Amino acid sequence: MIEIRIHGRGGQGNVVAAYLLATAAFEAGRYGQAFPSFGAERRGAPVAAFVRIDAHPIRRRCQVRQPAFLIVQDEALLHVAGVLDGLPPGAGVLINSGREAEALTRVDGFDVVTLPATALASDILGRPVPNTALLAAFLALTGLLPQQALIAALAERFSGEILERNTRLIEQAAGRVPAGHWKDVRHAAGP
Amino acid sequence: MSQDKDIPLAELRRAQPRFSGFEAGHRACLGCGEALAARLVTESAGPDVVYANATGCLEVFTTAWPESAWRVPWMHSLFANAAAIGAGMEAALKAQGRSTRVIAMGGDGGTFDIGFQALSGMLERGHNVLYVCYDNEAYMNTGIQRSSSTPHAAVTTTSPAGRERMGKRHLKKDIVSIVAAHHIPYAATASVAYPADLRKKVRRALAIDGPTFLHVHTPCPLGWGHDSALTIEIARLAVQTGLFPVIELERGGVAGVMPIREQRPVSDYLRLQNRFRHLFADDVRAREELEHLQALADHNIERYGLRPGHEADPLDTEGADTVKRGGVR
Amino acid sequence: MRQALEGSQAIARAVSLCKPQVVSAYPITPQTHIVENLSRLVADGELECELVSVESEFSAASVALGAVAAGSRAYTASSSQGILLMAEVLFNIAGLRMPLVLTCANRAVSAPLSIWNDQQDSMAVRDAGWIQLYCADNQEAVDTTIQAFRIAEQCELPVMVCVDGFTLTHTLEVLEMPEPEQVDAFLPPFRFARRLDPDKPLSVGTLVSPEYFTETRHDHHQALRDATDIIVQAQQEWLTISGRDSGGLLRQSGPADARTAILTLGSIAGTLEEAMEAHGTGAPARLIVLRAFRPFPDQALRDACQGLERLIVLERALSPGAGGIVGSEVRAALSALDRPPRVFNFAVGLGGRDVPLEIYPRLLDAVDAGRGSDFDILDLDPSKLPAEDA
Repeated sequence: MIEIRIHGRGGQGNVVAAYLLATAAFEAGRYGQAFPSFGAERRGAPVAAFVRIDAHPIRRRCQVRQPAFLIVQDEALLHVAGVLDGLPPGAGVLINSGREAEALTRVDGFDVVTLPATALASDILGRPVPNTALLAAFLALTGLLPQQALIAALAERFSGEILERNTRLIEQAAGRVPAGHWKDVRHAAGP
Repeated sequence: MSQDKDIPLAELRRAQPRFSGFEAGHRACLGCGEALAARLVTESAGPDVVYANATGCLEVFTTAWPESAWRVPWMHSLFANAAAIGAGMEAALKAQGRSTRVIAMGGDGGTFDIGFQALSGMLERGHNVLYVCYDNEAYMNTGIQRSSSTPHAAVTTTSPAGRERMGKRHLKKDIVSIVAAHHIPYAATASVAYPADLRKKVRRALAIDGPTFLHVHTPCPLGWGHDSALTIEIARLAVQTGLFPVIELERGGVAGVMPIREQRPVSDYLRLQNRFRHLFADDVRAREELEHLQALADHNIERYGLRPGHEADPLDTEGADTVKRGGVR
Repeated sequence: MRQALEGSQAIARAVSLCKPQVVSAYPITPQTHIVENLSRLVADGELECELVSVESEFSAASVALGAVAAGSRAYTASSSQGILLMAEVLFNIAGLRMPLVLTCANRAVSAPLSIWNDQQDSMAVRDAGWIQLYCADNQEAVDTTIQAFRIAEQCELPVMVCVDGFTLTHTLEVLEMPEPEQVDAFLPPFRFARRLDPDKPLSVGTLVSPEYFTETRHDHHQALRDATDIIVQAQQEWLTISGRDSGGLLRQSGPADARTAILTLGSIAGTLEEAMEAHGTGAPARLIVLRAFRPFPDQALRDACQGLERLIVLERALSPGAGGIVGSEVRAALSALDRPPRVFNFAVGLGGRDVPLEIYPRLLDAVDAGRGSDFDILDLDPSKLPAEDA
């Protein structure tokens, strides 16, 4: 089972990102589970969402405490307390940032990859929504699911030109990160 | 309810000279204004109506199981939810494509007070429901406690008169104005003393598509402390003094009033009721309260233009009709 | 069809498949997504019904009641404070024997204010005379919702489908949505014999004197007792149609010869089950997941507990001053056994506190340490208590 935590800000499509990733898992014939950090979400406030992906039905309903991967939709969130909690050494951290990974502080000991997701989304979608680009990059890094599964998940929400632009964004974002770089990172979560 | 098994009830009802949805033999007190009003309402509304009834005297005296005074489909749920039950019935009938009408009804407690929120919600959502409030100006079912409809200075068991108090200290809530402020197509007041007017208003309300409201003044001999034979007389005096203005409101605007041919002093009305007996003591506070109540009556007459004027109004049939004063219909 | 859906969305679609004619609700976290999804289905023309967005939960339940009385299939949903604001109407609906379905997205009850999950709300109205079915996952929520309409209409009793707030309602997972034909084959159109009808007028909700009241209470109680068979039967028929077992009155997993069992209800079941399997054979234990809490399945419970030495009841609510609610009822039911197991009782996960996989070893350790023999809160953190209470 793979457990992923996604950090963002209220209104940034954080829950949608989690739902998309779990739906993509389903589209690829796997089991997916996604849920937000339960609570009253306010626009702009730091929020988290969780995703589990497995080949078998997922029965546990506890919080994700030791995610193998972190997706951070806003690099400023690295300074928010708790964002890196429970992350095992060497865990993969994908950060939405225009800077190189080496330029980021506070993430020593983790395998950090950056992607200028907001800029890419602004260019291609015309909206500064980083979540789809980050998911595409995440799938490229891990090889966890085919990009087609993410496109299929998006097709449940969008159609026509918006879907076409998202598909282009997925291709672009996936090409910006080293494919398969995280393919051996696996998280054996158990009791 | 006796019924010949071979003849469907609907046919039996059609064969009757006048439809009666509310049978004699119930357990209301002698001279009960509410029972009379309920009979008039069901008669006027006809057989194709479903009723939602709030908890109160009406529900209690008509239905001690296994008996029932109702010959119409009737349901009592709770004290506070008659309007919401009516709304649900209406939604269901609409979903089923049926034309059966819905009447929700309650006393002043169930309407002015505990059921007020559900009433407001039903009106705001525009349900096709006629809500009838039988107003006897206190919680009579539980033994004459004050409600927000109890008139100023009236004595109830929770607003007694004594050395420090002259009965209820607060004004009667102006429910019909509050209801009309929901911009519903039709809201009216009526009195058991004027049955033709009451009947006409029920039929008029039921002909309208949308929420309508009828506020009926119904004396309670027990709670008001008057002779049971005087129910109609007292109800008529409430109108003739101006204390209970009989009006019609369309979309919030006054559309009709029942003019007062000859205004009677409020003391004529108050003197017949024990709940106001303390106002006739030799006491300066009593005189002040009487003046206050007279001023309230005068204000109602002024506000709704209830004086017929110098020339006799050819349309003034006091007791039979209201007079058009503009409005949208 | 297999889909990845948020719990609330799946529940809304299941409700929609049952074709309610009147839906009435007032929004409250975490029930909101259910009603929002139903509103969307109505707006998109996928569900044809009267959607009544009322001004309070009190009216939401009342509108649903009025609708059923007038002969329409009706549905409502709520949580927490909303359930309690409805409470008077809930008792009334059941006493009038009106068949309708309510989803309770379980949430803690204020004060202190908590929007998060426990089961204090539905437990608070356990004596309202409703059937109460608790769901362990969103698949069960979907299947139970569909069964609930059938059970309600067959028993002329209202059914509360209890679904853990957030933990289930806000979680997207993979599940099977039934096909419309499957639901149509299972759930006949609503025909209510006591419908308020001008052609055969009934007086409903009359005053009942002491001369008859006891008998009406008895009938209501008996109807709930009789509902156990109908719950099982509905589950079996739905199993035949859908191929899915949603747990009948209760379900069991784990080694049959285990001398220890854990009984719980709601969404903790999945976490526990996974934890118990992962724990291996060290301390074999069985899991009993209670689905029907009302009617209380005494006999099924006694059958399930034959031969057990220890039964650990884990619940997400408590009766302050008494202890466990489910625990007390389980103890009472098992007292009829010749050799009842020793019952341990814990509350856990109150007000949304996470119930982790480690719950299982912790539970066994706690029992070994002598806790829970009366009642204890398992995940209490004494360091957070004021000094005088610690």
